[in-house]
Amino acid sequence: MSNAAEVSLETAENAGRRSHLVRRMLKNPTGLFAIISIVVILLVAIFAPLLTSQDPDYADIRNILASPGGDHLLGTDSAGRDVWARLVFATRYSLMGAALATVLSAIIGVTSGLVAGYYGRWFESLAAWLTSLIMALPGIVVLLATRAVIGPTLWGAMTVFGILLAPAFYRLTHAAVVGVRGELYVDAARVAGVKDASIIGRHILAVVRAPVIIQAATVTIIAIAIQAGLGFIGMSDPNIPTWGGMLNDAFSRMYQQPVLLIWPSAMIALASVAFALFASSLRDELERSGGAKKLKGKAKAAAAAAVDTSGEPPVVHAELEESDAPVLLEVSDLVVGYDQPDGSLTQVVNGVSLAVRKGEVHGLIGESGSGKTQTAFSILGLLPEGGRVAAGSIVFEGDELSEKSPKAMRRIQGKKISYIPQEPMSNLDPSFTIGSQLVEPIRETLGLSAKDAKDRALDLLAKVGLPDPEKTFRSYPHEVSGGQAQRVLIAGAISCEPDLVIADEPTTALDVTVQAEILDLLRGLQKELDVAVLMVTHNFGVVADLCDRVSVMQNGRIVETGPARSIFAGPRHPYTKSLFDAILEDGAARGPLAHAADRNTNAGGAK
Amino acid sequence: MVRFTLRRLGAGVVLLFAISTIAYLLLYLSGGDIARTILGQSASQETVDLKAEELGLNEPLIPRYLGWLKGAVTGDFGRSWFSSQPVTELISSRLAVTLSLVIGTIIITAIVAVAIGVWAARKRGAADRVIQVLSILGFAIPSFLIAIALVNVFALNLGWFKPTGYVQIGTSVTGWLGSVTLPIIALSIGAVAAVAQQVRGSVIDALRQDWVRTLRSRGVRENKVVYKHVLRNAGGPALAVLALQFVGLLGGAVIVEQIFAIPGLGPISILATSQGDLPVVMGLVVAIGLIVVLVNLVIDLLQGFLNPKVRLS
Repeated sequence: MSNAAEVSLETAENAGRRSHLVRRMLKNPTGLFAIISIVVILLVAIFAPLLTSQDPDYADIRNILASPGGDHLLGTDSAGRDVWARLVFATRYSLMGAALATVLSAIIGVTSGLVAGYYGRWFESLAAWLTSLIMALPGIVVLLATRAVIGPTLWGAMTVFGILLAPAFYRLTHAAVVGVRGELYVDAARVAGVKDASIIGRHILAVVRAPVIIQAATVTIIAIAIQAGLGFIGMSDPNIPTWGGMLNDAFSRMYQQPVLLIWPSAMIALASVAFALFASSLRDELERSGGAKKLKGKAKAAAAAAVDTSGEPPVVHAELEESDAPVLLEVSDLVVGYDQPDGSLTQVVNGVSLAVRKGEVHGLIGESGSGKTQTAFSILGLLPEGGRVAAGSIVFEGDELSEKSPKAMRRIQGKKISYIPQEPMSNLDPSFTIGSQLVEPIRETLGLSAKDAKDRALDLLAKVGLPDPEKTFRSYPHEVSGGQAQRVLIAGAISCEPDLVIADEPTTALDVTVQAEILDLLRGLQKELDVAVLMVTHNFGVVADLCDRVSVMQNGRIVETGPARSIFAGPRHPYTKSLFDAILEDGAARGPLAHAADRNTNAGGAK
Repeated sequence: MVRFTLRRLGAGVVLLFAISTIAYLLLYLSGGDIARTILGQSASQETVDLKAEELGLNEPLIPRYLGWLKGAVTGDFGRSWFSSQPVTELISSRLAVTLSLVIGTIIITAIVAVAIGVWAARKRGAADRVIQVLSILGFAIPSFLIAIALVNVFALNLGWFKPTGYVQIGTSVTGWLGSVTLPIIALSIGAVAAVAQQVRGSVIDALRQDWVRTLRSRGVRENKVVYKHVLRNAGGPALAVLALQFVGLLGGAVIVEQIFAIPGLGPISILATSQGDLPVVMGLVVAIGLIVVLVNLVIDLLQGFLNPKVRLS
């Protein structure tokens, strides 16, 4: 019962979106141009007999190749036929031919795609085989052969072409259906006893409708082109005027009356471009998901002025002992934001200040969406597309980083500041061996020879505790486990002797048992190399394990900061306290924060 | 690797067999009075019957087809019914001409499309929009219309190239270049548009991958990140589109060759199919089918090179 309600709700939502789509397309100049052109061409085709008083097939042999004017608006062709009348009727027949091919291929392709995708089994393998068979056939040769078989008829050629183009729809529909076949809502509908036909109609057709329309426009373009091409080489239906036939006649008289080439060419080009722009603007509207547009100078300045760093200052714990280690990294009043299409700035970091001393481990803790990862990326100079440092400074060894170009940053990345990512498997290039990915930065940054770089890479792999460095060196990323991949990434991070390692939740994506091993490894390496670490995490266990100093982040702000021991002994900010309370209530270090993370994944753009 | 190649070749042979069988059947059904067509209306019935006997037209379908198949397997496709030339000879010289056009087009397409696609993906913004619109136009306008326009502008008005004719590469390299430049440009524009779109899309996708950030964080130069890592990962889908273009280009070449009067497979396909010259048409079907199978095999092997996961499965 509730299922049926959900279904109708969804279709209503779809209908709303569709009308919205058409309206948006009409607002967009390319979409508007495409729709107007298509409507005009269709009107010409429909009302062809009303647009000319001349007979398109009447040949006045005393008046061949007449110039435009008088009775003949566009002159006459090589047989003395009125060019305007032929053009108008050619539009009608050429479009009908293209429509025949498109509709036929859509019907065959979509139906077989739905059946093969939804039911699978033998029909799917047969369809796949037929598809590759048809796609291996060069269309034009088949069409020429068809002409030899059934004679020069436009409808025959377009019927065959419709069949040849069916794979275009089949592939699309099949892929879409396979994609949704396993979706929960389809299973739910099936379990609820909804009939297959109505599942296909309601859920699956809704998914493929827009792509099918786009594909139909594309197929129409191809049909127009192939039809005109056949006509052009003299293979068109001699009984009806077509664009291709007109082109053939005009081409043979190119030296006497070149203007004749223009009319059919212009119509073919206009129709093709109109359908292509229609397809592309429909696709654009479907894909539009609020991607940040480039801002004009003024808007950008306004956005920069609108930076908001208001909020309470953080609770600062007193130093337990004065450290004499020099400050390596000093971030002050950092604001990170993403430009929005309307010119505003969505801030994800709102005035963060923190300092990391040489050889110190600084924990940056907070729930997902609190801006800790964005802070880390802005220090690395690797904010995602659309993000930028809107205010504040990042000073590293006396150098201002936030104003450096990506090229200048590249000299600091790896060599001075390096990075350990969260998700080990997605952070290795799947197309290259692990060895080559380790060697590349070593050679580039440290300038070692190929052999020395390889030796160094093997040493590093041994150092991070991989049992068989040679084997791992030769492996591709998909051949190692997640824990091994994270060890490889740690090896990469320390490969060029950095002064600061930024570790972004380095254990979150790993199994619990592996987590402990990786933390041990990090602790050992940090001691051995005396490297400073900025440890981004949501796990107080990690902080307790590794960190000398902690900053707690909430909503893009640091709410409490100080020596780790002091904060553990007496958290003062309510948010920090709630994090501790949650750990104590649940008993598990990760539990409550993981819940908080789930709640907040939708709230913030940051991660 | 070897097993993979053999399996693909096996599938290709099955495909070729299926295509040629279907083609033979269709041509057989459309037969008509071929002997009469060859000899003309004035020939007597006896000579027509003799001709039909000579060509084996009176035999039933199955033995006729098996006879053809036996020859085809050994590379003998018989003789043209109209010119009596051996089909293998007739096709092989012209095939080289068409292939030089198509391969030239593919090379130009790959280079230009990668350059444009990567550029658009990195620049985005206004430059990207311009590229997008241009590639829509390039995709939409048929290659023979572009060819007609090129002939009019560069051959007839500016006189930079000869409007028609083909110079063998053996006769004169510059002459050959002059005779293939306009056809290759005409064929390339649509292919470049399609492939550049795909390159742009896959490069944008690849640039968003996590490992791109990690590579940058290691201090790897941006050009190396883009042209070595991103492009290799984006190469698979682009190659697939390039392979589809190859099949399409064989068709496009038929028409473009007609415009430039280039003695490739185009003119002979048109002639043989309109005459119903079965041995030649069958030879063409097999030759083109074979090229398609081989190109797809090469593309599959390249995919394996680009993507190690494909290599394993």
